[in-house]
Amino acid sequence: MIKNNVVIAGVGESDIGKVPELSGLGLNAQAAKRAVEDAGLEMKDIDGLLTAYSMTEPYFMMGSVLAEYLGIKPTFCASLTVGGGTPGAALHHAAMAIASGQAKTVLITAGENRATGQSRDDAVKALTQVGHPYFENPYGPLIPSFYAMIANRYMHEYGTTREQMAAVAVRARDHAIRHPSSPQSKHLTIDDVLSSKPISTPLNILDCCLISDAAGALVVTSADRAKDLKGKPAYLHGIGESHTHEHMTMAPSLTEFGTEISGKAAYEMSGLSPSDIDFAELYDCFSIVPIIEAEELGLAKRGEGGALYASGETAIEGSIPINTHGGLLSYAQAGASGGMHGIVEAVRQLRGNEGARQVKKHDIALVHNEGGILSSHCTMILGQHPL
Amino acid sequence: MEHLLPSPDVGPDAGPYWDAAKENRFVIQQCTDCNSWRFFPSHLCPSCGSDKAEWKEPSGKGVIHSFTEVHRGPTPEFRAHTPYMIVLVDLDEGPRIMTNLIGNNLDQCQIGAPVEVCFENRQNDTKVPQFRLSKTEADT
Repeated sequence: MIKNNVVIAGVGESDIGKVPELSGLGLNAQAAKRAVEDAGLEMKDIDGLLTAYSMTEPYFMMGSVLAEYLGIKPTFCASLTVGGGTPGAALHHAAMAIASGQAKTVLITAGENRATGQSRDDAVKALTQVGHPYFENPYGPLIPSFYAMIANRYMHEYGTTREQMAAVAVRARDHAIRHPSSPQSKHLTIDDVLSSKPISTPLNILDCCLISDAAGALVVTSADRAKDLKGKPAYLHGIGESHTHEHMTMAPSLTEFGTEISGKAAYEMSGLSPSDIDFAELYDCFSIVPIIEAEELGLAKRGEGGALYASGETAIEGSIPINTHGGLLSYAQAGASGGMHGIVEAVRQLRGNEGARQVKKHDIALVHNEGGILSSHCTMILGQHPL
Repeated sequence: MEHLLPSPDVGPDAGPYWDAAKENRFVIQQCTDCNSWRFFPSHLCPSCGSDKAEWKEPSGKGVIHSFTEVHRGPTPEFRAHTPYMIVLVDLDEGPRIMTNLIGNNLDQCQIGAPVEVCFENRQNDTKVPQFRLSKTEADT
């Protein structure tokens, strides 16, 4: 029903980095305008709207709020909250609405003004909402602390090393520097990462994602409708979700996550397998995470994700380029925007015009979004052509 | 203790948990239908769906499943205490719990190390369950 029928016809991003002249809503609107124009459409063509949430601005019904702000009156509209998994989950919902005829053209946005909309301390404090209010937060965890405990357990069970995790951050920075919208210009070394400020052992500040002002947007429609549009559509070959827990204390395992489950569903819908994937945009809120995801999604054998990164094969010139835009670690992360940038990047790479960071083989892309503490997962497989 | 950390928020599912902590007792729920222990507290047993449970004292012993040393606290109160250790403990009865590891031998913190429950004073005459490394035979 979704395969070969649902496409991403337009993508857009707001300005990225520090954008104090725009509110969070403004960033979403800027990304939306660019995505709608990219599709060759006008805002009045949008009959469906799905948004994420905001932790910097006090709006409750974000979908309705953004519709009001954009001056549109959709007949299918909601805000979703599954953390970093939100853009993927929204794409899943949009795809079902398109495939069933409930909507013709769905706009999805995610992002906020996390860098300039609040102080760094307020940002850190707001994010403690991710911890359990009664049984985790009394002990002072940061979000990095949760992922640090996953990293320690993973290192214990599989021998993943600090150097391998640092290689993830080094690679992300190299890719971000090639992106014209990226605020990054300074290359990193393994030593830079290992000697950066400790946050929650074994994670240092350069193992942690950025805090950005940023938003991204997608225009989702049917393959039939896209034939009349100017843009080159990206086909949604497969998509799957898995939600195993919210709080880390309740995670079924610290080494096996829902990534594998959502990935299997996406592979099954598409009829493709890991060896068909040309490049991947994984969720890299912390350096350990894409190592685990690469393994769970079959891009590396279990326990060998770190070695894959250390080998250089995840570079744009490598055998399986990963996070070609620089990811959350070095491109942008603003609330739910992180995963959205991965989807936007996959569509751009599939079109094949990305210059210094264009991957050579770009028929099939895999994108993974993850929210909470590896709690909520969405895997997407996108391609240039119908299957 | 000179600067006590904030008292915990008490959720509506867990009054007996915090009341017991004030008396240096560690209690969690055990399902009276399937006998499985559970944590976090909840209205229904996640194993069998029963709504019948008792608050009972487990052994208070477990092993460290993972840990992290925090160098950047989330709030001013916790920043004043850095660095501090957070651990996930697998209780001998099965459930997992997150606390701090406290004591003067934190350099011996490692995955698999045996730990036991203890209690820390917090503001407003409250206490929170914590864990410390169990004494080994070499210590005694």
